[in-house]
Amino acid sequence: MAATLPSNRSLLWAGIRGTLPLITSVAPFGMLFGALGLASGIPTGMTEGMSLVVFAGSAQLVGIQLITGGAQALVLLLTTLVINLRHVLYGLSLAPHMRGLSRRWKWLLAYFMTDETYAVAISRYNLDAADPPPNLHWFYLGSGLTLWSSWQISTIIGLIFGSQIPASWGLDFAVAVTFIALVVPAIVDKAAVLAALVGGGMAVLLVGLPLKLGIVAAAVAGILAGMAVDLRWFRKLRGKKDV
Amino acid sequence: MSETGLWLVIIGMGTITYGLRAASLLLADRLPRYTWLVSFLRFVPVAVLSAIIALETFTPDGTLNLSPLSNHRLLAAALAILVAWRTRSILWTILVGMAALWILQAIQF
Repeated sequence: MAATLPSNRSLLWAGIRGTLPLITSVAPFGMLFGALGLASGIPTGMTEGMSLVVFAGSAQLVGIQLITGGAQALVLLLTTLVINLRHVLYGLSLAPHMRGLSRRWKWLLAYFMTDETYAVAISRYNLDAADPPPNLHWFYLGSGLTLWSSWQISTIIGLIFGSQIPASWGLDFAVAVTFIALVVPAIVDKAAVLAALVGGGMAVLLVGLPLKLGIVAAAVAGILAGMAVDLRWFRKLRGKKDV
Repeated sequence: MSETGLWLVIIGMGTITYGLRAASLLLADRLPRYTWLVSFLRFVPVAVLSAIIALETFTPDGTLNLSPLSNHRLLAAALAILVAWRTRSILWTILVGMAALWILQAIQF
């Protein structure tokens, strides 16, 4: 039997408190984004607008650098898709805990889905997995609101004080370094190591191909290599031959 | 890009991001849980981003350059990977990687 149910308000506060320590890493990130927005020369409101509309730090950071570099719209949209694809995995992992929620709540909580709120919320959901209170989504909301506020405020602070970013920020390489920061933590097993090595290696080998086809071919090869190890394709093939 | 064009791109980026977030939360129960799909979703960013990282690092001017003396990106990227691995911090990785590149370029004669 559950003890007395925690109130919505106490869960909201618990979510806020659980997320406050993360502001130390989110705020400088938001300020860097704001500062890069300023350096890019696009209107101030547009940079803050991006934080409101997109609300995804890594995609925004890469996006603003691509905009400064004069990238095409399609490149920006595809990059956003690739970088934010991980949210699907977050959603699939959160969804079983949100079965009882109305669609309206799900639409709302989806907006607040970030790396940080996912990490804080899923650990709370797992903590209470044996006997979950039905109103745990207030915890998620508290976390999301905290992160959202600090992201918006730090973007504005970056826009106000960010004129110190050097003009020759070294744009294309800055994007690559941001990608390194995203990829390295995702390399958690042999399959991911292989996907990264095959993707990277093939891209360099195929650098001569026109229309960036080398990147596409390298990516497909890397994905297939990772999946082959992950799903044990070749072991299956061997097994079938044995039978 | 024009200002209207930029706004459209930002709205497009927002739609894609929100679409991924909402679709996975709202449709999770209706979608069959194919293991290959989860695996595929995991390796797309790893493979695509690694391909771009490798190109930007090893072929700075469109051709392969493996000399750390003339291609400063090699050392800077190695340092960034080390920082990303040890700290898992996006911010520190960017700051150390870019600082390394600038310092290496500055001490170049």
